[in-house]
Amino acid sequence: MSLLTIKGLQAGYGQRTVLHDVDLEIGEGQIHVVLGANGAGKTTLLRAISGTIERSGTILFDGSRIDRLSARKVVASGIAHVPQGRGTFADLSVDENIRMGAYLRSASEMRSDRERWLTFFPRLRERLSQQAGSLSGGEQQMLAIARALMLRPRLLLLDEPSLGLAPIIIRGLFDTLAAIRQETAMTMLIVEQNANLALAIADDGVVLESGSVVLRDSAANLTGNDEVRRIYLGYE
Amino acid sequence: MMLLANQIMDGLADGAIYASLALALAFSYRSTGIVNFAQGEMAMLSAYLVWQLMAWGIPLIPATIISIVVSFAAGALLYVALVRPLSQSSVLTVVSVLIGLYLALNSLAGFLWTYSIKALPSLFPKAHLGGGAFSVSVETVGIIAVVALVLVLLYFLFETTKLGLAMRGAASTPDSAELVGVPVPMMLLIGWGIAAALGALSGILVAPRVFLNPTMMFGVIIYAFAAATLGGFDSIVGAVVGGLLVGVIENLVGTYVPWIGPDLKIVVALVLIFGTLLIKPDGLFGRKKVARL
Amino acid sequence: MSIVVRPKLPLAVQVVIKACVAGLLLYVVPFVIPNYLVSQFATVLVFGIAIMGIDLVTGFGGAITLGHAAFVALGSYTTAILTVRYGWNPYATIPVAAALSWASGWCLGFPALRLQGLYLAMGTLVLSITVPALLKRFDGFTGGVQGLNVGNPESPLPWLDDSQWIYFLSLVIAAVLYVVARRILSGALLRSLVAARDNQLVAAVMGVNRPRLATATFAMSSLYAGVAGSLYAMIVGFVSPDTFNLMLSLSLFVGAVVGGITSLRGAFIGAMFIQFVPVWASDIDVSLSGLVFGCTLIFTLLLIPSGIGGVAERFYHRTCARLGWVDRMRSRRVAGEALEDPEGLQRNFSKSGG
Repeated sequence: MSLLTIKGLQAGYGQRTVLHDVDLEIGEGQIHVVLGANGAGKTTLLRAISGTIERSGTILFDGSRIDRLSARKVVASGIAHVPQGRGTFADLSVDENIRMGAYLRSASEMRSDRERWLTFFPRLRERLSQQAGSLSGGEQQMLAIARALMLRPRLLLLDEPSLGLAPIIIRGLFDTLAAIRQETAMTMLIVEQNANLALAIADDGVVLESGSVVLRDSAANLTGNDEVRRIYLGYE
Repeated sequence: MMLLANQIMDGLADGAIYASLALALAFSYRSTGIVNFAQGEMAMLSAYLVWQLMAWGIPLIPATIISIVVSFAAGALLYVALVRPLSQSSVLTVVSVLIGLYLALNSLAGFLWTYSIKALPSLFPKAHLGGGAFSVSVETVGIIAVVALVLVLLYFLFETTKLGLAMRGAASTPDSAELVGVPVPMMLLIGWGIAAALGALSGILVAPRVFLNPTMMFGVIIYAFAAATLGGFDSIVGAVVGGLLVGVIENLVGTYVPWIGPDLKIVVALVLIFGTLLIKPDGLFGRKKVARL
Repeated sequence: MSIVVRPKLPLAVQVVIKACVAGLLLYVVPFVIPNYLVSQFATVLVFGIAIMGIDLVTGFGGAITLGHAAFVALGSYTTAILTVRYGWNPYATIPVAAALSWASGWCLGFPALRLQGLYLAMGTLVLSITVPALLKRFDGFTGGVQGLNVGNPESPLPWLDDSQWIYFLSLVIAAVLYVVARRILSGALLRSLVAARDNQLVAAVMGVNRPRLATATFAMSSLYAGVAGSLYAMIVGFVSPDTFNLMLSLSLFVGAVVGGITSLRGAFIGAMFIQFVPVWASDIDVSLSGLVFGCTLIFTLLLIPSGIGGVAERFYHRTCARLGWVDRMRSRRVAGEALEDPEGLQRNFSKSGG
């Protein structure tokens, strides 16, 4: 059952159109990867979905159109966006970041989820009162994901979660994402530039180039695809 | 010795007034990064509103409450009408607009109520506490108590309520706040409303002491700038501590250093600011932005 | 190397425009308009000089200064005291005012510029308040609240009256300082300034000595203020402490913003704004003049947030492009004129508090 259906999406910044006529479909409970070089439009795609930039076209989320909604309403309908660079509330504490994630939820939902995710991310529990800006990159990424999960979203958008992280941390990150999918059957749309590990946990993927979808296949096929291997996976 | 204690108490009372205006400045700065140059004039108009309401027969306390509520609305309106439309422009432009507002409000007050001074009654009865050498006016204690109460309420709002957290989040990282569903413009609007209400409080507290006139807030806002700078513009605690320090030191210098005339008392502010900032460039309590590169 | 598109007007158009401007400045203003307005225009020129100083330090240097009046006061009082108490020739005092302002700008700038954005603004604001108080305090030297009567320098030329003479003097000095400012704001130095303004970390890594650069810029802007002050004393003929108060600093600052904070030509537009709008406002209603001025300022900036100079510049570039009056050049350095494009340079006064 398709959770997110995108048809003919155009989006950009001011005069500049970045995405041209993008189609995409993500089934519930699936992990979908978006690959592409710098400037291909991956971040723009996520921003268009979460409503933080102007867009045109059709975006159906669980059957309802969200392409005309403000960012706040899109969030309220159950889409959590972890932006590039984490978007942590640097001045607030770790605990406060987590609580912020549950802004749209009730106090009791917040309490039980907080407990759940702090157990899932013990490192965060250790650093509850620490200022979020002083956490390491990997810890901030955990925090950003925890914050997004507090919304109880149906769809999780992740923009280059591995950016700036050490390889060993990245490995742990994707293991965590896979584990989250196990736990919650969360649907995820992950944008990544270097895609090895992302493809390993994903079901399907698309490749964006200059704002258009040039390749669309299952993750297994993409991993085996020579072009993809050469450009995005670093094989010669 | 008793003179010193009295001077300190008076200094604390003045300081509490500077603190409430400094708090107002800190609020608008924290939420939108802008120092509201017109904050003092808005406070002055709030005080005039109380006077006018009383002239129309409304008693002091209700008039005060009405004025504070109206000021909150005015602050929110100011955000919507002037600050938000200019949010894409440079800070310099917004500051200039607020300077324009400062001039406009000052002139407006002079036009509506003339430049002659008026009396605004104090919220507190004319009485003294204590006896003998150490006696302090009820007003002095009252001012300190009121500001302390407001501080406690604000602390409670910000540190324990969801709204307060949302406001802090919206001020700290508006883009991320948007992504968790916080209505950011509304939060900023409330911030400016609270700032205006705090300003109103300072205006209403100071008017009985210096007599109501269109230029009465000039000295106060300068000291409030000094207080906020000293304490760190983005710190609530800093604004208050800064205010109290500035008030006490101003009083003590005025009393014990005879050659400082009224004009030069402001030099005290200069020395304080520059001195502290050279040691702590973000103010006493200002938070250094933590950034991991 | 990049391709820079610069407006290049056909020779005929250039001649016509230059002739018009010259005609206006050299003939219409001093001789045609009513004489009492001539010294007002001279004041506009002087304010323009001061505002160019603010453009240097705030627009390009990124340091907000609300203390400009202090240096204007320094220049004015230097001229006043030297002529009144020591009988100096007034013109000789101009370089002295310039030097003193530059030096005090350097001395004050050094500690002051360790402060960032807002705190620097507060510090300079208090400077603005302190100076009149100090001037009144040391009244033995400065004439105190009464001020000093400088008088207007007499015109040495029979066909110019005093106010026309001082107007031309101001015009010449303004022109010279304008050229100097353009020279300063070109090539490598400008890139260093803007880099230091927009991203201190990167600039430092690239070897830009920011503290020294910032102090030098501040000193230069103080020099401009001092020269403006010196001329101002001669135009008005009188100095007193209350002229050089916070209000003057705020007016100059506002004038800089209205003209466009990175536009040197706009400095003179801003100067006209702060000179004539208050006059016009009191003509409407004396008791509401502040209200009219304030509202005019607010509406002007709501309409044109980046200042008149910047908008005019963009309009000029766009019109020239549309008319085909351009010159495509390969450029290693971005030269003087193209810089007045505020879009590239005006970026960084973001809300994060600078």
